[in-house]
Amino acid sequence: MTKSSFSSIQSEYLALIDHTKCVRCKRCIQNCGWGTYSFGGDKIIADHFKCVACGRCYTYCPEGAISIVKNPTVIRENYNWQEYHIRNIWKQSETGGIVISGMGTTFKYKKYFDHILLDACQVTNPSIDPLREPMELKTYLGKKPSKIELDFNEEGEPVLKTKMPPQIELQTPFVFGAMSYGSISLNAQKAVALAARALGIVMNTGEGGLHDDLIPFGKNIIVQVASGRFGVHRDYLNSGIAVEIKIGQGAKPGIGGHLPGEKIGMDISRTRMIPIGTDAISPAPHHDIYSIEDLRQLIFAIKEATNYEKPVSVKVAAVHNIAAIVSGIVRAGADIVYIDGYTGGTGAAPNIIKDHVGIPIELALAQVDERLRDEGIRNEASIIAAGSIRSSADAVKAITLGADAVAIGTAALIVMGCHVCGRCNTGNCSWGITTQRPELVRRLDPEVYGERLYNLISAWSHEIQEVLGAMGVNSIESLRGSRERLRGIELTDAELRVLGIKHAGL
Amino acid sequence: MITIDAKGMYYRDLNRLIREGIAKGVKKFFLENVNGQYYIGDGIKGDDIVINVNGVPGNDLGAFMDGPTIIVNDNAQDNVGNTMNAGKILIKGDAGDVVGYGMRGGRIYILGNAGYRVGIHMKGYNEQLPVIIIGGKVGSFFAEYMAGGVIILLGLNDTGDTGSDYFAVGMHGGVIYLRKKIDFSKYSKEVELYEADDNDMAFLKKYLSEYADSFNISIEDIMGGSFYKIVPSSARPYAHLYTSA
Ligand code: SF4
Ligand code: SF4
Repeated sequence: MTKSSFSSIQSEYLALIDHTKCVRCKRCIQNCGWGTYSFGGDKIIADHFKCVACGRCYTYCPEGAISIVKNPTVIRENYNWQEYHIRNIWKQSETGGIVISGMGTTFKYKKYFDHILLDACQVTNPSIDPLREPMELKTYLGKKPSKIELDFNEEGEPVLKTKMPPQIELQTPFVFGAMSYGSISLNAQKAVALAARALGIVMNTGEGGLHDDLIPFGKNIIVQVASGRFGVHRDYLNSGIAVEIKIGQGAKPGIGGHLPGEKIGMDISRTRMIPIGTDAISPAPHHDIYSIEDLRQLIFAIKEATNYEKPVSVKVAAVHNIAAIVSGIVRAGADIVYIDGYTGGTGAAPNIIKDHVGIPIELALAQVDERLRDEGIRNEASIIAAGSIRSSADAVKAITLGADAVAIGTAALIVMGCHVCGRCNTGNCSWGITTQRPELVRRLDPEVYGERLYNLISAWSHEIQEVLGAMGVNSIESLRGSRERLRGIELTDAELRVLGIKHAGL
Repeated sequence: MITIDAKGMYYRDLNRLIREGIAKGVKKFFLENVNGQYYIGDGIKGDDIVINVNGVPGNDLGAFMDGPTIIVNDNAQDNVGNTMNAGKILIKGDAGDVVGYGMRGGRIYILGNAGYRVGIHMKGYNEQLPVIIIGGKVGSFFAEYMAGGVIILLGLNDTGDTGSDYFAVGMHGGVIYLRKKIDFSKYSKEVELYEADDNDMAFLKKYLSEYADSFNISIEDIMGGSFYKIVPSSARPYAHLYTSA
């Protein structure tokens, strides 16, 4: 009997095999990272308890013999006592543990992007055809001077006298969000790195150090410094294009992270510079940052260590007083502020945090942009918005609400096959993404998925150009923070006020 | 060798002069009249570089440092050796809070006391073994989340209990040596206390001889008496806290 059979918890899904179609090739056995399938002598049998609906088996079954269905009969519908609550109670009564899972919240909170509409030109101001006219998507992340001074050379041409602070040049306003080696596999990181380089954008190491194989991608990498300081040293700080101090993450504001010891094999141990098999614990706070002044101290410690050549980004989760917090971060000297909304993804986080803490990125962004403008410091730092950007439409709306660029995390994993099953925390990802098991990692080809990531971001960039054309502007710069081009639909007065937009029709 | 008079100098200018000196091949620096300048030795590299500090250096002394030696002939302030990778910092007075946060290698020897949060998340890796030795006593949150390396707490001239509140909470790697027994029941539940054995004493002798030599004190005075060692009960203190959804 399997261990799960001792449990009184019914299986969430059923892995159904049509034995009239099955040719017993056993591919499903190989493909499932969770060990759902086995060979029962004459036919494949499925242990439904192990299925997490990651979609790998039916994608790779040559005969289309598998269907994964939600267990239809187990729990009676009750809006108050939802299956989610009942399952958690069962589970916690059996284990006494904090329930954790991967990916972002599954709760049905209002998605503000879906209640925001974009403007377009009609008659009075002409739209632009992006197929024929240049549409500038290039974006520079970093501090911009509040004024520039020019000199004139002997030929009388103007030359910039002001020394520009360091910038990250992006060919299109996307970055890949922080995903560490450890939370995702090295092959997944490589796919992202290849795409970032081909696209002229950047990826982010997360708090996992920089694997040797990624060093050549330095110009396209932001290296992260988080509370555990894993793999952080002088050369690491200097090996990327910028450095990011991670304070918080949208999926788990206010808490740290644990990469469990069983995932710390030799290679991860080397990259994080910690012993094999110990838990990699990132404490909840940085223990050298208890105030805005302390944050400033770390920002400048990094600037000193990198000779003021790298922009320093600070990543925070969107929480209640986000506008004041970001104002403090900008005043502390950050060149970039990365704001992660409450629907952002994670390798593992307690559900209590993921499902109940933080605020939507749309609301945070509008308030932050407004506050920084009011205070006259919007130029002091660029803003990256994150927290489940699902499409180019979300990206355009985020930029129009005030972001300089958006970050892509979960969407990039979906490119690699992820079905958002939310079980990344187990380390068994059948797609070879959030796992370190060599037999699973091997199946993720960085070249193949690097190209698909390239395709996705290229497609989204073209879509943004279409929208820009329709709105009659020829550069993403012109759209940034121009909330007059947005309207709300099915939103309350309070929501419209926070977003700083009018209702549709006005 | 160069001497820099740091009187009234902005920290960025001082540190730029040091970086420029290193780039030109200067190996020895004498900083005079230092008075609270931040980030001295931040992110510098080179095993043969020595920085002599006269006066009190400011926060983040030797942060991210990778190899050099810094000698402070006075007290130091907060964040000494923050995320340091290699090298040596000698402090002939007291050090402030957060000594050796996330430190991965090198040595920090303090003659006097240190403040709160010493050795938080210190970590060892392969042949890199960070060592902090404190002559006096320390404040609360000592060795919190310690993941590797060695801290030796001598408690010289200290008649009270060398331990402090939240002593070694969340420690999951490394070793702490104490020259005096503490009332262990008051402190962390995640660690265990043993008497130091011969191997431990040999290890201690090696580092404490260097410590004694650095500060011109006698090794006999330090090594007399028995030592105790504290190690974590588990490399995975939180493994059973979670259940998968
Ligand atoms: S992959 Fe499909 S055809 Fe092959 S054994 Fe499994 S169910 Fe049968
Ligand atoms: S990455 Fe995570 S959510 Fe996606 S398929 Fe793998 S385990 Fe499931």
